[in-house]
Amino acid sequence: MQKLNEILGTEFPFIQGGMANIATARFAAACSNAGALGVIASGGIFSAEDLREQIRLCRSLTDKPFGVNLMLMNPATDDMAKVIAEERVPVVTTGAGNPGKYISMWKEAGVKVFPVVAATVLAKRLERAGADGLIAEGTESGGHVGEMTTMALVPQVIDAVNIPVIAAGGIADGRQLAAAFALGACGVQIGTCLLASEECPIHENYKQALLKAKDSDTVVTGRSIGGPVRILKNRMTREYLMLEKKGASLEELEKLTLGGLRRAVNDGDVETGSVMAGQVAGMLHEIRPVRQIFEELYAGGISVLDAVQQEWG
Amino acid sequence: MEFEKVKKIIVDTLAVDEEKVTMEASLKDDPGIDSLDSVELSMNLEDEFGIQIEEEKLAEFVTVGDIVNYLASLS
Repeated sequence: MQKLNEILGTEFPFIQGGMANIATARFAAACSNAGALGVIASGGIFSAEDLREQIRLCRSLTDKPFGVNLMLMNPATDDMAKVIAEERVPVVTTGAGNPGKYISMWKEAGVKVFPVVAATVLAKRLERAGADGLIAEGTESGGHVGEMTTMALVPQVIDAVNIPVIAAGGIADGRQLAAAFALGACGVQIGTCLLASEECPIHENYKQALLKAKDSDTVVTGRSIGGPVRILKNRMTREYLMLEKKGASLEELEKLTLGGLRRAVNDGDVETGSVMAGQVAGMLHEIRPVRQIFEELYAGGISVLDAVQQEWG
Repeated sequence: MEFEKVKKIIVDTLAVDEEKVTMEASLKDDPGIDSLDSVELSMNLEDEFGIQIEEEKLAEFVTVGDIVNYLASLS
Protein backbone atom coordinates (compact mmCIF):
# COMPACT_ATOMS: atom_id res chain seq x y z
CA MET A 1 0.00 0.00 0.00
CA GLN A 2 1.23 3.47 -0.86
CA LYS A 3 1.55 5.69 2.18
CA LEU A 4 -0.05 9.12 2.22
CA ASN A 5 3.32 10.87 2.61
CA GLU A 6 4.52 9.07 -0.54
CA ILE A 7 1.39 10.07 -2.46
CA LEU A 8 1.65 13.72 -1.39
CA GLY A 9 5.41 14.19 -1.13
CA THR A 10 5.20 15.23 2.53
CA GLU A 11 7.29 14.12 5.50
CA PHE A 12 4.36 12.83 7.57
CA PRO A 13 1.23 10.96 6.41
CA PHE A 14 -0.91 13.82 7.73
CA ILE A 15 -3.37 16.26 6.17
CA GLN A 16 -4.37 19.34 8.13
CA GLY A 17 -8.17 19.60 8.17
CA GLY A 18 -9.70 22.50 6.23
CA MET A 19 -11.26 24.41 9.08
CA ALA A 20 -13.36 27.37 7.91
CA ASN A 21 -12.22 30.80 9.13
CA ILE A 22 -9.26 29.16 10.87
CA ALA A 23 -7.09 27.47 8.24
CA THR A 24 -5.70 30.58 6.57
CA ALA A 25 -2.87 30.62 4.04
CA ARG A 26 -0.41 31.37 6.85
CA PHE A 27 -1.61 28.48 9.00
CA ALA A 28 -1.62 26.11 6.01
CA ALA A 29 1.94 27.17 5.14
CA ALA A 30 3.02 26.62 8.75
CA CYS A 31 1.60 23.08 8.67
CA SER A 32 3.26 22.35 5.30
CA ASN A 33 6.59 23.69 6.54
CA ALA A 34 6.24 21.46 9.61
CA GLY A 35 5.94 18.33 7.44
CA ALA A 36 2.20 17.71 6.90
CA LEU A 37 -0.04 18.81 4.04
CA GLY A 38 -1.28 22.27 5.01
CA VAL A 39 -4.72 23.10 3.64
CA ILE A 40 -6.29 26.52 3.07
CA ALA A 41 -9.99 26.48 3.97
CA SER A 42 -12.32 28.13 1.46
CA GLY A 43 -15.09 28.23 4.05
CA GLY A 44 -15.06 31.80 5.32
CA ILE A 45 -13.53 33.18 2.10
CA PHE A 46 -16.12 35.07 0.12
CA SER A 47 -14.82 35.38 -3.42
CA ALA A 48 -12.77 33.33 -5.84
CA GLU A 49 -10.26 36.18 -6.15
CA ASP A 50 -9.74 36.25 -2.36
CA LEU A 51 -9.05 32.53 -2.57
CA ARG A 52 -6.53 33.13 -5.37
CA GLU A 53 -4.77 35.66 -3.15
CA GLN A 54 -4.62 33.15 -0.29
CA ILE A 55 -3.22 30.47 -2.62
CA ARG A 56 -0.48 32.82 -3.84
CA LEU A 57 0.31 33.91 -0.28
CA CYS A 58 0.64 30.28 0.80
CA ARG A 59 2.91 29.55 -2.14
CA SER A 60 5.14 32.47 -1.15
CA LEU A 61 5.43 31.11 2.40
CA THR A 62 6.26 27.48 1.66
CA ASP A 63 7.98 25.47 -1.04
CA LYS A 64 6.28 22.31 0.26
CA PRO A 65 3.05 20.81 -1.12
CA PHE A 66 -0.18 22.32 0.19
CA GLY A 67 -3.87 22.11 -0.61
CA VAL A 68 -7.19 23.91 -0.64
CA ASN A 69 -10.36 22.64 1.00
CA LEU A 70 -13.31 23.57 -1.15
CA MET A 71 -16.46 23.88 0.95
CA LEU A 72 -19.17 22.97 -1.55
CA MET A 73 -21.96 24.93 0.13
CA ASN A 74 -20.08 28.20 -0.52
CA PRO A 75 -22.01 30.28 -3.11
CA ALA A 76 -18.77 31.04 -5.00
CA THR A 77 -17.91 27.34 -5.36
CA ASP A 78 -17.96 27.18 -9.18
CA ASP A 79 -15.51 30.07 -9.53
CA MET A 80 -13.35 28.83 -6.68
CA ALA A 81 -13.10 25.40 -8.32
CA LYS A 82 -11.79 27.13 -11.46
CA VAL A 83 -9.25 29.16 -9.48
CA ILE A 84 -7.94 25.96 -7.88
CA ALA A 85 -7.36 24.52 -11.37
CA GLU A 86 -5.87 27.76 -12.77
CA GLU A 87 -3.44 28.12 -9.88
CA ARG A 88 -2.54 24.43 -10.16
CA VAL A 89 -2.89 23.89 -6.43
CA PRO A 90 -1.13 20.57 -5.64
CA VAL A 91 -4.07 19.03 -3.75
CA VAL A 92 -7.75 19.75 -3.26
CA THR A 93 -9.92 18.30 -0.51
CA THR A 94 -13.66 18.91 -0.51
CA GLY A 95 -16.35 19.09 2.12
CA ALA A 96 -20.12 19.24 2.50
CA GLY A 97 -21.24 17.63 -0.72
CA ASN A 98 -20.44 15.95 -3.99
CA PRO A 99 -17.59 17.52 -6.04
CA GLY A 100 -18.05 15.09 -8.97
CA LYS A 101 -18.58 17.74 -11.62
CA TYR A 102 -15.22 19.45 -10.93
CA ILE A 103 -13.01 16.39 -10.83
CA SER A 104 -12.10 16.15 -14.52
CA MET A 105 -11.17 19.86 -14.64
CA TRP A 106 -8.89 19.46 -11.63
CA LYS A 107 -7.28 16.30 -12.94
CA GLU A 108 -6.47 18.03 -16.25
CA ALA A 109 -4.71 20.76 -14.26
CA GLY A 110 -2.69 18.15 -12.35
CA VAL A 111 -4.50 18.74 -9.06
CA LYS A 112 -4.75 15.69 -6.81
CA VAL A 113 -8.33 15.26 -5.59
CA PHE A 114 -9.25 13.94 -2.14
CA PRO A 115 -12.96 14.39 -1.35
CA VAL A 116 -14.18 14.00 2.20
CA VAL A 117 -16.87 11.32 2.47
CA ALA A 118 -19.06 10.18 5.35
CA ALA A 119 -20.64 7.10 3.69
CA THR A 120 -19.63 4.38 1.22
CA VAL A 121 -22.19 5.41 -1.40
CA LEU A 122 -20.49 8.73 -2.11
CA ALA A 123 -17.09 7.02 -1.83
CA LYS A 124 -17.95 4.67 -4.70
CA ARG A 125 -19.40 7.48 -6.76
CA LEU A 126 -16.30 9.64 -6.39
CA GLU A 127 -13.93 6.77 -7.12
CA ARG A 128 -15.82 6.32 -10.37
CA ALA A 129 -15.59 10.08 -11.03
CA GLY A 130 -11.79 9.89 -10.77
CA ALA A 131 -10.85 10.90 -7.21
CA ASP A 132 -7.23 10.10 -6.29
CA GLY A 133 -8.16 9.11 -2.77
CA LEU A 134 -10.85 9.66 -0.15
CA ILE A 135 -10.90 11.15 3.30
CA ALA A 136 -13.32 9.04 5.35
CA GLU A 137 -14.43 11.34 8.13
CA GLY A 138 -16.27 10.06 11.16
CA THR A 139 -18.74 11.95 13.27
CA GLU A 140 -16.12 12.43 16.03
CA SER A 141 -14.82 15.39 14.00
CA GLY A 142 -15.49 19.01 14.73
CA GLY A 143 -17.61 21.25 12.51
CA HIS A 144 -19.82 19.71 9.83
CA VAL A 145 -20.19 15.99 10.45
CA GLY A 146 -21.89 12.87 9.14
CA GLU A 147 -23.55 10.10 11.14
CA MET A 148 -21.02 7.27 11.07
CA THR A 149 -18.10 6.86 13.44
CA THR A 150 -14.52 6.62 12.19
CA MET A 151 -14.25 3.07 13.56
CA ALA A 152 -17.25 1.87 11.54
CA LEU A 153 -16.79 4.06 8.47
CA VAL A 154 -13.10 3.71 7.54
CA PRO A 155 -12.94 -0.09 7.01
CA GLN A 156 -16.23 -0.08 5.11
CA VAL A 157 -15.01 2.67 2.77
CA ILE A 158 -11.74 0.78 2.29
CA ASP A 159 -13.66 -2.36 1.34
CA ALA A 160 -15.88 -0.39 -1.04
CA VAL A 161 -13.15 1.25 -3.16
CA ASN A 162 -9.73 0.57 -4.66
CA ILE A 163 -8.17 3.99 -4.06
CA PRO A 164 -6.24 5.16 -0.97
CA VAL A 165 -8.35 6.07 2.05
CA ILE A 166 -7.37 8.59 4.72
CA ALA A 167 -9.00 8.39 8.14
CA ALA A 168 -10.36 11.50 9.86
CA GLY A 169 -12.30 12.20 13.03
CA GLY A 170 -11.13 11.38 16.54
CA ILE A 171 -7.37 11.37 15.95
CA ALA A 172 -5.23 13.33 18.38
CA ASP A 173 -2.57 10.96 19.72
CA GLY A 174 -0.48 7.94 18.82
CA ARG A 175 -3.05 5.37 19.91
CA GLN A 176 -5.61 6.78 17.52
CA LEU A 177 -3.06 7.09 14.70
CA ALA A 178 -2.10 3.42 15.19
CA ALA A 179 -5.80 2.51 15.15
CA ALA A 180 -6.25 4.37 11.85
CA PHE A 181 -3.37 2.39 10.34
CA ALA A 182 -4.88 -0.82 11.74
CA LEU A 183 -8.18 0.03 10.04
CA GLY A 184 -6.27 0.21 6.76
CA ALA A 185 -5.93 3.97 6.28
CA CYS A 186 -2.87 5.23 4.38
CA GLY A 187 -2.74 8.34 6.55
CA VAL A 188 -4.90 10.66 8.60
CA GLN A 189 -6.48 14.08 8.49
CA ILE A 190 -6.32 15.97 11.77
CA GLY A 191 -8.02 19.19 12.77
CA THR A 192 -9.03 19.58 16.39
CA CYS A 193 -5.60 18.76 17.83
CA LEU A 194 -4.08 21.49 15.64
CA LEU A 195 -6.37 24.11 17.17
CA ALA A 196 -4.25 23.87 20.31
CA SER A 197 -1.11 24.99 18.52
CA GLU A 198 1.04 28.10 18.74
CA GLU A 199 0.52 28.82 15.05
CA CYS A 200 -3.26 28.43 15.00
CA PRO A 201 -4.78 31.89 14.45
CA ILE A 202 -7.77 31.49 16.76
CA HIS A 203 -8.46 33.72 19.76
CA GLU A 204 -6.76 32.80 23.02
CA ASN A 205 -10.20 32.26 24.63
CA TYR A 206 -10.98 29.60 22.00
CA LYS A 207 -7.74 27.78 22.83
CA GLN A 208 -8.42 27.99 26.57
CA ALA A 209 -11.95 26.63 26.05
CA LEU A 210 -10.42 23.64 24.25
CA LEU A 211 -7.88 23.01 27.00
CA LYS A 212 -10.67 23.07 29.57
CA ALA A 213 -12.99 20.77 27.61
CA LYS A 214 -13.57 17.18 28.64
CA ASP A 215 -14.64 14.21 26.53
CA SER A 216 -18.37 14.82 26.73
CA ASP A 217 -18.25 18.57 26.15
CA THR A 218 -19.11 18.57 22.45
CA VAL A 219 -22.66 18.43 21.09
CA VAL A 220 -24.13 18.30 17.60
CA THR A 221 -26.40 21.16 16.63
CA GLY A 222 -28.48 21.43 13.47
CA ARG A 223 -29.52 17.77 12.99
CA SER A 224 -33.17 18.84 12.62
CA ILE A 225 -32.33 21.16 9.71
CA GLY A 226 -30.00 18.74 7.90
CA GLY A 227 -26.82 20.60 8.83
CA PRO A 228 -25.22 18.81 11.77
CA VAL A 229 -22.27 20.66 13.30
CA ARG A 230 -20.14 19.45 16.23
CA ILE A 231 -19.35 22.23 18.60
CA LEU A 232 -18.27 22.84 22.21
CA LYS A 233 -21.18 23.21 24.63
CA ASN A 234 -21.89 26.78 25.67
CA ARG A 235 -24.80 29.13 26.27
CA MET A 236 -25.60 29.26 22.56
CA THR A 237 -25.69 25.47 22.06
CA ARG A 238 -27.94 24.98 25.09
CA GLU A 239 -30.44 27.45 23.71
CA TYR A 240 -30.07 26.03 20.20
CA LEU A 241 -30.73 22.44 21.23
CA MET A 242 -33.71 23.51 23.30
CA LEU A 243 -35.18 25.35 20.31
CA GLU A 244 -34.52 22.33 18.09
CA LYS A 245 -36.48 20.11 20.48
CA LYS A 246 -39.38 22.51 20.23
CA GLY A 247 -39.25 22.25 16.44
CA ALA A 248 -37.93 25.75 15.76
CA SER A 249 -37.66 26.94 12.16
CA LEU A 250 -34.46 27.26 10.16
CA GLU A 251 -34.66 31.06 10.45
CA GLU A 252 -34.98 31.01 14.23
CA LEU A 253 -32.06 28.62 14.56
CA GLU A 254 -29.83 30.46 12.13
CA LYS A 255 -30.26 33.66 14.12
CA LEU A 256 -28.29 31.99 16.91
CA THR A 257 -25.38 30.83 14.77
CA LEU A 258 -25.12 33.70 12.29
CA GLY A 259 -21.48 34.84 12.34
CA GLY A 260 -20.95 32.60 15.38
CA LEU A 261 -17.77 30.94 14.15
CA ARG A 262 -16.14 34.27 13.36
CA ARG A 263 -17.19 35.63 16.76
CA ALA A 264 -15.48 32.69 18.46
CA VAL A 265 -12.38 32.66 16.25
CA ASN A 266 -11.72 36.40 15.98
CA ASP A 267 -13.35 37.97 19.04
CA GLY A 268 -12.93 35.12 21.49
CA ASP A 269 -16.65 35.01 22.24
CA VAL A 270 -16.83 31.46 23.57
CA GLU A 271 -20.16 32.07 25.34
CA THR A 272 -22.42 32.77 22.37
CA GLY A 273 -20.04 31.99 19.48
CA SER A 274 -19.63 28.68 17.62
CA VAL A 275 -16.60 26.97 19.18
CA MET A 276 -16.28 24.13 16.71
CA ALA A 277 -14.26 21.15 17.95
CA GLY A 278 -14.16 17.38 17.68
CA GLN A 279 -14.62 14.81 20.44
CA VAL A 280 -10.86 14.69 21.03
CA ALA A 281 -11.01 18.21 22.51
CA GLY A 282 -10.80 16.54 25.93
CA MET A 283 -7.35 15.19 25.03
CA LEU A 284 -5.80 18.61 24.49
CA HIS A 285 -3.80 19.71 27.53
CA GLU A 286 -1.18 22.13 26.20
CA ILE A 287 -0.43 24.52 23.38
CA ARG A 288 2.41 23.14 21.25
CA PRO A 289 4.09 24.19 17.99
CA VAL A 290 2.58 22.28 15.04
CA ARG A 291 5.94 20.64 14.33
CA GLN A 292 5.94 19.14 17.81
CA ILE A 293 2.33 17.97 17.41
CA PHE A 294 3.21 16.14 14.18
CA GLU A 295 6.41 14.61 15.61
CA GLU A 296 4.73 13.40 18.79
CA LEU A 297 1.72 12.04 16.94
CA TYR A 298 3.87 10.10 14.49
CA ALA A 299 6.37 8.79 17.04
CA GLY A 300 3.47 7.91 19.35
CA GLY A 301 1.71 5.98 16.60
CA ILE A 302 4.77 3.94 15.70
CA SER A 303 5.55 3.06 19.32
CA VAL A 304 1.93 1.99 19.89
CA LEU A 305 2.12 -0.29 16.85
CA ASP A 306 5.34 -1.82 18.29
CA ALA A 307 3.77 -2.25 21.70
CA VAL A 308 0.68 -3.94 20.23
CA GLN A 309 2.90 -6.27 18.21
CA GLN A 310 4.84 -7.16 21.38
CA GLU A 311 1.70 -7.78 23.39
CA TRP A 312 -0.45 -9.56 20.84
CA GLY A 313 1.81 -10.49 17.91
CA MET B 1 -39.95 -1.45 -20.56
CA GLU B 2 -37.46 1.10 -19.33
CA PHE B 3 -40.01 2.18 -16.76
CA GLU B 4 -40.18 -1.32 -15.30
CA LYS B 5 -36.40 -1.49 -14.99
CA VAL B 6 -36.18 1.99 -13.46
CA LYS B 7 -39.00 1.14 -11.09
CA LYS B 8 -37.24 -2.00 -9.93
CA ILE B 9 -34.01 -0.04 -9.30
CA ILE B 10 -35.90 2.63 -7.35
CA VAL B 11 -37.75 0.05 -5.27
CA ASP B 12 -34.51 -1.84 -4.53
CA THR B 13 -32.38 1.25 -3.86
CA LEU B 14 -34.79 3.26 -1.79
CA ALA B 15 -36.90 0.54 -0.19
CA VAL B 16 -40.19 2.20 -1.21
CA ASP B 17 -43.57 0.65 -2.01
CA GLU B 18 -43.86 -0.45 -5.63
CA GLU B 19 -47.25 1.21 -6.14
CA LYS B 20 -45.80 4.59 -5.18
CA VAL B 21 -43.36 4.51 -8.07
CA THR B 22 -45.24 6.01 -11.02
CA MET B 23 -44.05 8.09 -13.97
CA GLU B 24 -45.40 11.19 -12.21
CA ALA B 25 -43.94 10.47 -8.77
CA SER B 26 -41.64 13.24 -7.57
CA LEU B 27 -38.17 12.04 -6.65
CA LYS B 28 -37.88 14.59 -3.86
CA ASP B 29 -41.30 14.16 -2.20
CA ASP B 30 -42.97 10.83 -2.94
CA PRO B 31 -40.10 8.41 -2.53
CA GLY B 32 -38.47 11.08 -0.32
CA ILE B 33 -34.84 10.66 -1.25
CA ASP B 34 -31.87 12.46 0.28
CA SER B 35 -28.58 13.32 -1.37
CA LEU B 36 -26.94 9.98 -0.59
CA ASP B 37 -29.96 8.12 -1.97
CA SER B 38 -29.73 10.03 -5.22
CA VAL B 39 -26.05 9.20 -5.57
CA GLU B 40 -26.81 5.53 -4.98
CA LEU B 41 -29.68 5.66 -7.44
CA SER B 42 -27.51 7.12 -10.17
CA MET B 43 -24.81 4.50 -9.55
CA ASN B 44 -27.36 1.71 -9.88
CA LEU B 45 -28.81 3.25 -13.06
CA GLU B 46 -25.32 3.50 -14.52
CA ASP B 47 -24.65 -0.15 -13.74
CA GLU B 48 -28.00 -1.38 -15.07
CA PHE B 49 -28.04 0.62 -18.31
CA GLY B 50 -24.30 0.77 -18.97
CA ILE B 51 -24.37 4.56 -19.23
CA GLN B 52 -22.86 7.56 -17.48
CA ILE B 53 -25.06 10.14 -15.79
CA GLU B 54 -23.36 13.47 -15.19
CA GLU B 55 -23.84 14.94 -11.73
CA GLU B 56 -25.60 17.97 -13.14
CA LYS B 57 -27.96 15.87 -15.25
CA LEU B 58 -28.96 13.96 -12.19
CA ALA B 59 -29.96 17.12 -10.34
CA GLU B 60 -32.33 18.04 -13.20
CA PHE B 61 -34.53 14.99 -12.73
CA VAL B 62 -37.72 15.91 -10.90
CA THR B 63 -39.93 12.89 -11.48
CA VAL B 64 -39.42 9.21 -12.11
CA GLY B 65 -40.67 9.90 -15.64
CA ASP B 66 -37.75 12.29 -16.23
CA ILE B 67 -35.34 9.44 -15.66
CA VAL B 68 -37.27 7.10 -17.94
CA ASN B 69 -37.48 9.71 -20.71
CA TYR B 70 -33.79 10.50 -20.40
CA LEU B 71 -32.88 6.85 -20.71
CA ALA B 72 -35.22 6.47 -23.69
CA SER B 73 -33.57 9.47 -25.37
CA LEU B 74 -30.21 7.72 -25.19
CA SER B 75 -31.29 4.57 -27.01
